[in-house]
Amino acid sequence: MADKPRIAVHKFASCDGCQLAFLNLGEDLLRLAQLVEIVHFAEAGAVHPDMPVDIAFIEGSVSTPEDIERIQRIRHNSKFLVTIGACATSGGVQALRNLAHSQQWVASIYAKPEYIRSLATSTAIAQHVNVDLELWGCPVSGHQVLAAVRALLFGVAPVELNEKVCLECKRRQTVCVMVAKGAPCLGPVTRTGCGALCPQFGRDCYACYGPAENPNTESLARRFEGLGLLPEAIARRFLFINSGAPAFHGAGVRWSKPPHG
Amino acid sequence: MAERRDISIQVPVLARVEGEGALELRVHNGAIEDLKLRIFEPPRMFEKLLEGRDYSEVPDMVARICGICPVAYQMSAVQAIENLFRVEPGPWVSAMRRVLYCGEWIQSHSLHIHMLAAPDFFGCSSVVELARTHAAEVRRGLTLQALGNDIIRLFGGRSVHPVGVRVGGFHRAPAMAEVHALRAQLRAALPQAEALVHWTASLDLPESEQEFTSVALRHSGEYPLTRGRLVSDSKLDISVDRFEAHFTEQQVPHSTALHCLHDGRPYLVGPLARLNLNRDCLPAPVRAALDSTGIRFPCRNMHYSIVARAVEIYFAVHEALRLLEAYSEPDSPFVEVQIRAGAGFGCTEAPRGTLWHRYDVATDGSVARARIVPPTSQNQARIEADLRQALQAYGLEHEDAALRRRGERVIRNYDPCISCATHFLDLRVMRS
Repeated sequence: MADKPRIAVHKFASCDGCQLAFLNLGEDLLRLAQLVEIVHFAEAGAVHPDMPVDIAFIEGSVSTPEDIERIQRIRHNSKFLVTIGACATSGGVQALRNLAHSQQWVASIYAKPEYIRSLATSTAIAQHVNVDLELWGCPVSGHQVLAAVRALLFGVAPVELNEKVCLECKRRQTVCVMVAKGAPCLGPVTRTGCGALCPQFGRDCYACYGPAENPNTESLARRFEGLGLLPEAIARRFLFINSGAPAFHGAGVRWSKPPHG
Repeated sequence: MAERRDISIQVPVLARVEGEGALELRVHNGAIEDLKLRIFEPPRMFEKLLEGRDYSEVPDMVARICGICPVAYQMSAVQAIENLFRVEPGPWVSAMRRVLYCGEWIQSHSLHIHMLAAPDFFGCSSVVELARTHAAEVRRGLTLQALGNDIIRLFGGRSVHPVGVRVGGFHRAPAMAEVHALRAQLRAALPQAEALVHWTASLDLPESEQEFTSVALRHSGEYPLTRGRLVSDSKLDISVDRFEAHFTEQQVPHSTALHCLHDGRPYLVGPLARLNLNRDCLPAPVRAALDSTGIRFPCRNMHYSIVARAVEIYFAVHEALRLLEAYSEPDSPFVEVQIRAGAGFGCTEAPRGTLWHRYDVATDGSVARARIVPPTSQNQARIEADLRQALQAYGLEHEDAALRRRGERVIRNYDPCISCATHFLDLRVMRS
């Protein structure tokens, strides 16, 4: 059994919801355990955090000095390092606390808020170590993690889904909530992967899967303005689950500022 | 007489609990000198993150406090805001929220019983190992867990951070055909849930009685989920807006979660506390299954929590089916609300215990202040008290590894959800 590929699931600051992508797999979890050896996954009972592995999945954001040391050790012990979910990939909803500082002081004092953000307390894994694959989503799905494991075990590059939620809505023939209801939907700038759930529920997407490729946030923000949203409401649309993602951070900070003509 | 020795046990990462915690134990001269359940889950400061957000954003934000019980957070939040706005969403919404909540109980309790707790009883380290010797039982657990997830998915699109709940009701009503399919699944699960009650009661559960106060919601005749008054077995009976007068939170240096005390003393919330206070509200078949286990109530043995969870799964399957048998599609799945400034209170029964919320909302609908008291912060002082008694009674002369295993089992009885530790008082920001 020693030659089975080894995987680990590590937790940083998070809600544990992305680990459920594994724990909710049902029978597939047992099948996965036949394909690989799960050496570290504290919630599931395996505790060997420092054992070398082929794939390390990281849930959660870096928010303490110990986290920085821990992620460096994990990187050192892992062939592939895969972030799962918004916290690990963009700092998560808790990265909003970084922004409180940048909004209050940074906007008025510093020309480059990005510089201050790099010193803030909830950050994506990729800001600290090299990440081989990022799985976006709040939460990620079982399908995403299994597809990643499969691709990496076969030695092929995992397919990156980075197109917009809008395309998924069109494929599903879901009625557009922005066109039909004037809802401030973030689908036009958000990465697909959830299955376009919110529009199917008749509501606007809130971008829990992070930015899509080439997102035109500025144009969408002006569209929201046309729908009657105040600038701070527009800013809040971008500054939510993935406020640490550069595209959303930039748009959010621009619209947070008082109008200056 | 066993030899007295000084021991120091540190369990740096507790396995099979949700979130990250550690246990520290110092024994001197045969007595416990110091015992700490350390919760070092980094604070995520949700109460601060909520400030300034629009009331409508609250359900999606608080879901992120806990991936295992997002529905509980959404339910307490919408109840608090609707309470403030003086909105009554009506019988359809109230029944369907109950069904949704049943889904979360089934999912969370099944996960806990099979993946976190059961391996203890068979000398396994994980459910994967357990499946090799107890395939049928594990498969039954996975089926129930999947059923819970399917119920949440019906109302919210996905089982972790579902998107269906809004202030005033739901974003979408399930179609009749979807409900029909789920009813068939629920019917098939009834005998499985009943068998699970008997299986958990047949496990080798340690005999260990302790004195403690149970606290739970209670609401005329229905087993508590989404509403009720807060009651205890020591004469507490208050409406949820009076919580702050009877419960106080204290910071302890070794934990980022606050310790919540009732009149200055530890207390218990969760499945066993609910059963101790609401056993009379169980539907007849569920009550019969519980009675057949021979467990006497009120129950003072925390190791029976696993049976209490199984009973609540059986109840939740029964209850979801009962409510969905009467399903009809509503004209609208929500009611419109009007913003009112002030403070609103919400309290519901999360899988692991009472979850209390307070929101102060400004005239523009934004949250001025939020306060969230999760079940784990309420149980934390009780867990430490239990550990002191349980380990002393178990015998401190046992090997370190045995003491550690017993300690972990005691902690797991409470199914602590350490990620839910939303509070913080002392935050150190490192800036270089």
